[in-house]
Amino acid sequence: MTAGSLGSQGFAYQAIGAATLLALFVASLFVGVGELAIGSLAADPEALRLIMISRLPRTLAALLAGSALAIAGLVMQTLARNRFVEPSTAGTAQSAALGILVVTLVWPDASLGWKAAGAAVTALAGTSVFLMLAHRLPPTQPFLVPLFGLVYGGVIGAAATFAAWHLDLLQYLEVWMTGEFSGVLRGRYELLWVAGALVVLAWWTADRLTMLSLGRDVSIGLGLNYTGMLRLGLVIVSAITALTVVVVGTIPFVGLVAPNIISRFAGENLRHTLPWVAGGGAALGLACDIIGRLIRFPYEVPVGTILGVVGAVLFLVLLLGRNSND
Amino acid sequence: MIEIAGVSLALGGSRILDNVSLTVPKGGVTALVGPNGAGKSSLLSLIARLRPLQSGRITVDGLPVDTTPSRQLAKIMAILRQDPGVVSRLRVVELVGFGRFPHHRGRLTAEDREIIAASLEQFDLSDLALRFIDTLSGGQRQRALVAMTFCQGTDYILLDEPLNNLDMFHARNLMRTLRRIADEHGKTVLIVLHDINHAASYADRVVAMKDGAVVAMGETGDVIRPDILESIFGFSMRVENVAGRLTVLHHA
Repeated sequence: MTAGSLGSQGFAYQAIGAATLLALFVASLFVGVGELAIGSLAADPEALRLIMISRLPRTLAALLAGSALAIAGLVMQTLARNRFVEPSTAGTAQSAALGILVVTLVWPDASLGWKAAGAAVTALAGTSVFLMLAHRLPPTQPFLVPLFGLVYGGVIGAAATFAAWHLDLLQYLEVWMTGEFSGVLRGRYELLWVAGALVVLAWWTADRLTMLSLGRDVSIGLGLNYTGMLRLGLVIVSAITALTVVVVGTIPFVGLVAPNIISRFAGENLRHTLPWVAGGGAALGLACDIIGRLIRFPYEVPVGTILGVVGAVLFLVLLLGRNSND
Repeated sequence: MIEIAGVSLALGGSRILDNVSLTVPKGGVTALVGPNGAGKSSLLSLIARLRPLQSGRITVDGLPVDTTPSRQLAKIMAILRQDPGVVSRLRVVELVGFGRFPHHRGRLTAEDREIIAASLEQFDLSDLALRFIDTLSGGQRQRALVAMTFCQGTDYILLDEPLNNLDMFHARNLMRTLRRIADEHGKTVLIVLHDINHAASYADRVVAMKDGAVVAMGETGDVIRPDILESIFGFSMRVENVAGRLTVLHHA
């Protein structure tokens, strides 16, 4: 009786989704400035090296970052009980950048891992304050929360910029604030597997996250540890955001677009929809990175810029479509 | 049995409940009535551990609500608050199914599915089972929430003005269902009611509150009396016996 993820044709949709993701994955391996043909892989050891050192890490980074950011957006929307917030527009990413700045300042030789840890701590603080304030806004005004998030994120971002300017670290800040996969090589993206593990953790707690979205009173009535679950969600959002900002920079809109598209068609029972949101985010990340590599070949446009455009258009379509359907 | 002893509550400097003590015996329908701001909803929230207890003591089946693990309480007591503001895009069957969560905590069993299907049938929701709740009318959504609360299958059911948004057919259906589960399954229902006639017709006992205190409680016939009603609501009304049911003529 329980509804399948996408109705009775669930299996067909799953097959189409998996095939799309696989096609994007393969395409991402073979798009780039270095000469590489599918047929040459077996014969040419240099081609294999290119794949293993650069293309495969880059493809995996886009896949992992895309899916993890989509889940971070989904979890943040669940925590805020608002469909229009995501880490990069509501202060989480900006707080993470501020954290890296602090770590860089007090410990210039810190490894990526330590920078990520520092970023996670400030992201956690920044997101907690955002949620605390957002929960005080009247629920009858759904657009107030994302607007407040924009202002809040803007203020933190401005503080980070000001500090970076004072410390002559502006060019570093630029790297963290602009999402880009071109710098990804073997040995420089592996932290993103931790973000991937957090996606699995989110899936494992999917039922509880769905209950969280029903609100505090319903959650407690059903015996959920509401505060504990809220904290776990905060950790997931903050850690994923911090890891992606440190490794590839800030990538906007994935966390907004992927969950909203999936919820439109399949609803918000996360046990069923969470894998779709993760897959949708991965596809979006891969597709936009491929577009960025092709649009002014042989030069590259950062994925953050592409997603800024694609994501904004997709999101407007979703917003307007919602009105005409309801 | 729900035992409330010496419970007071103050919020933002104003006193909401003032030393409330009462006992709701096991089994039967108990109605909480009173004017706006009497503290009915606050009392219900305290019993259902949705709000921390400031003073006094509340036990359900002997379990103190402030120290018993929430998971354990969720198996004996279900609460539906007034307008819980559920905005998630869940299908009706999924929402109702979450009522079973305290029992299965993850995997639905065949028994859970039977209970969910019965609950959907009971509240006239079978045809809407696959609809998203954000596409339903207010009354349909309210029925889905009531069905979820029933699905929890607890001995104690607390409802805060559940008839809001319901049309006459479904309001009557809900009250008759409450009566039936109390009579046939020995459930204990504690329900905040706005319409005094629903209390007069269906409740075994009535607890009347005003200004944060209990002003009258007892068998329905002993509380639904012109003098008591006037002291609670502030105007006189006639109480008649119409076709064997107590009826309050509050518009007369």
